[in-house]
Amino acid sequence: MAKRSIIPFGPQHPVLPEPIHLDLVLEDETVVEAVPSIGFIHRGLEKLVEKKDFKQYVYIAERVCGICSCGHGMGYCEAVEHVMNIQVPPRAEYLRTIWIEMSRIHSHLLWLGLLADALGFESLFMESWRLREKILSMMDATTGGRIIFSVNCVGGVLKDITPEMLREISQTMDDMERELKPIMETFLHDYTVQSRLCGLGVLTRDQAILYGAVGPMLRASGVEYDVRMTGYGAYGDLEVAPITAADGDSYARCEVRLKELIQSFRLIREAIGKIPEGPIAVPVKGSPSGEYFMRIEQPRGEAIYYVKGNGTKNLDRFRLRTPTTSNIPPMLETVKGCQLADVPLLVLTIDPCISCTER
Amino acid sequence: MAKVSKSPWLLHYDASSCNGCDIEVLDCLTPKYDIERFGIINTGDPFQADILLITGGVNSQTEPVVKQLYSQIPEPKVVVAVGICACTGGVFKECYNIKGGIDTVIPVDVYVPGCAARPEAIIDGVVQAVAILDKKREEYRRQKNAK
Amino acid sequence: MDCKNIIEVIEIQDFYQRVIEMKMHSWRLAQICAVRIDSGYEMSYSFCKDYDMITLRLLVGMEEKISSITQIYPCAFLQENEASELFGVQIESLDPNYHHKLYRIEKETPFKEKG
Repeated sequence: MAKRSIIPFGPQHPVLPEPIHLDLVLEDETVVEAVPSIGFIHRGLEKLVEKKDFKQYVYIAERVCGICSCGHGMGYCEAVEHVMNIQVPPRAEYLRTIWIEMSRIHSHLLWLGLLADALGFESLFMESWRLREKILSMMDATTGGRIIFSVNCVGGVLKDITPEMLREISQTMDDMERELKPIMETFLHDYTVQSRLCGLGVLTRDQAILYGAVGPMLRASGVEYDVRMTGYGAYGDLEVAPITAADGDSYARCEVRLKELIQSFRLIREAIGKIPEGPIAVPVKGSPSGEYFMRIEQPRGEAIYYVKGNGTKNLDRFRLRTPTTSNIPPMLETVKGCQLADVPLLVLTIDPCISCTER
Repeated sequence: MAKVSKSPWLLHYDASSCNGCDIEVLDCLTPKYDIERFGIINTGDPFQADILLITGGVNSQTEPVVKQLYSQIPEPKVVVAVGICACTGGVFKECYNIKGGIDTVIPVDVYVPGCAARPEAIIDGVVQAVAILDKKREEYRRQKNAK
Repeated sequence: MDCKNIIEVIEIQDFYQRVIEMKMHSWRLAQICAVRIDSGYEMSYSFCKDYDMITLRLLVGMEEKISSITQIYPCAFLQENEASELFGVQIESLDPNYHHKLYRIEKETPFKEKG
């Protein structure tokens, strides 16, 4: 039998923008087991609901993570609105949807860049991030923030988008879709990319369900599950369908995210076409009393927001189950049996967001 | 910028930030902001770095990592705290697991505010850090010669 | 789309049986949440299938022990360790058990007391 050795991976590692640590048990170059240790970014944000009132907490929820910021704000607000029975004006729902789809584009392009970087494909990394700047400028122009916008509030949104700006966004979506084509072509058909991704880290359909994968990771294994189908926000009026792939390998995960980019461009254009006139927020009176589990499709997958109010301005409990928490166990499964050199790539294919996971 | 005598290398570490500042630090490297035009390269190795960019407030688990990275960077070195959490603790200040700004653990030379810090601000902070690095290098040389 | 989102309070003796049934009908474990209440803890286990969500809820006394579901759903280990470390919920036969070293925080069970 080959000799076993343990290699530490992380927390500070060149491919990881965020700290996570894995102890890799190796037999020669093959990984037998991976034991994660997390907690480098644990701050204890869920506990802050006892100190901040439920309206202030929106700002904390948005700072759980800088990449999924808009989604966290929206998820928290929708959960509180469900508890308090607040009917959000339709225009606010559309605006939220536009912003969260923009966040999805920014997040997926960011991931594609990081993937290219992990492959050593420097120019592809730069191209993806160059394209991402366009969506960041759009977010900056509409909200005043590049990545953390703080536009959500309980009862609606804080800012409106003018008709001229909406037209400009729509135009930018067309431009970006055109510019994405060559990048997409490279990711899907380039020999180098294919040789690194195809057949790597296969997660079967049954495994994906057993280990509780969510988001693109689950859909890449052939499961049709996209929480946007439940019709929160403005998704009930828009045409959404889960994008799936059959193979469950790293290539399939890349393919799903690329196709979701195209879907997001289309969704934003559709939402801009259908956006109704009207107020953007309703006044909120009283304090939440009751509980609700809210599900939202974040760029990385399904996130669950649990809110429990006791009739005072401070909530009893806020719980956030983020997509990466669910995606770590299936990732550990895919790492088993792969080569040591592929581990960084496999960690990356779940699109890990550690600050979300640890809160 | 005429004073940039050498090309400083950056090391970036996330000491429990929300990720916002981290992606903006990475953003500085990409075509729109392109920090490399100042001769600056982002490295993953503390032994080759001159400037340490830290984001986020420090918690009990990252404290030893931050101290270790700081000790591994050769003298002279400059520390830049990026984002309001790295400066003071920011919105996370009241959390039970946050110690506060980076300066509670290691000495900080440049503070870059913002939530998230914008790339322009980060570049400005790094450029200031380069000036401080030049000064420190001079000081270091003088001390060495005096010995 | 109409989808179920219900909370079902169950007894501790039925709990293990119910979770096994969930797995046999290929429900996916969505989340585990602990809440501190006056008499102890409220544990919520949510499962998703298609677009429906069912949450099984257990009321656990302060010193009462519950068994881990990691034997049925191995992916539960992160969230169960979290509940045990942050809230001090007593979970038996947890695998792998981090023994309060998941987050390695200095403060012990910070969520156990309010404020």
